[in-house]
Amino acid sequence: MSDPNNTTPDDGVALLPAGTPAPDFTLKQTPDSDLSLSDLRGKPAILVFYPADWSSVCGDQLALYNEVLPEFERLGAQIVGISVDSRWCHKAYVEARNLRFPLLADFHPKGAVGKAYGAYDESKGTESRSLFVIDADGVIRWSYRSPNSVNPGANGILEALERLPVKS
Amino acid sequence: MSEDGASRLSRPVGDDDHQHGPADAPVTLVEYGDYECPYCGAAHPIVQAIQKEMGDRLRFVFRNFPLTQIHPHAAGAAEAAEAAGDQNAFWPYHDHLFEHQYALSPRDLAGYAGEFNLDAARFERALESHEFEERVRADFMSGVRSGVNGTPTFFINGVRHDDSYDYEVLLAALNEAKS
Repeated sequence: MSDPNNTTPDDGVALLPAGTPAPDFTLKQTPDSDLSLSDLRGKPAILVFYPADWSSVCGDQLALYNEVLPEFERLGAQIVGISVDSRWCHKAYVEARNLRFPLLADFHPKGAVGKAYGAYDESKGTESRSLFVIDADGVIRWSYRSPNSVNPGANGILEALERLPVKS
Repeated sequence: MSEDGASRLSRPVGDDDHQHGPADAPVTLVEYGDYECPYCGAAHPIVQAIQKEMGDRLRFVFRNFPLTQIHPHAAGAAEAAEAAGDQNAFWPYHDHLFEHQYALSPRDLAGYAGEFNLDAARFERALESHEFEERVRADFMSGVRSGVNGTPTFFINGVRHDDSYDYEVLLAALNEAKS
């Protein structure tokens, strides 16, 4: 297979591949605070681009990551979700689902961060369901796109984190 | 994920698992489930009907996959089922939980232990000390590492079943795995 990670969708836009420096960004984390990718420097980061808040519960990707969180933390990683939903929508969603990690609003200009990562689906006007593992120095080490209707689970993220070289 | 793209069980079925049916049955169905998940509740009678239909040709295994942040009673229910299992009553207790999905408070769980004549003091101690928390978490992580992304997720002879779990579809997939 030439494209084992599904990095090229129908519209031909490819996700930024492993080895690329992760473009920095600053997005609203809550109605009153921002979060920048550079704030996460020094530890591995997991970026989860997803189409929309309020998907069905039991098969929900973010609900799963919320449960796997202790394992991500054990591996020293921080996780953030990113969609084009507004900060107010994220706030309600985080509260309703007890999410214990930040959701960032790629709301204005819409999808700009998603576009920088190749993770914006122009035809649908939402982020495509895409995962990035970024190392402590800010370099993308793994990227993966899943069909929008398929929850990619957490195993690929865990494997990518486990492959990161151990920092002395 | 394997070469052919199919997700497979990362932890093979072992002696520690709750198993129903002969160990040498030609087909093993593993379910990762959550006692408070309504989809798992809907799948429960389907699994029972399939067990009845297939008889000794099927071994069924249940592993815990509680989504504890959206289902506040799921972790307690899973630990209670394990505590019942410790007193050799896993399956009746498990069935009872799925038949009473909307009554899974600590008081409900203790009441069900009484209905099955379990040693109440021992059962309550296990719940209070979270004796089986680690086991439940180990089940959960084995699911995560096997590609479980929601509940219920089924594996047939170790391969994730990505199709529907309607009776006819699941039964056909099991029969196909057998032949």
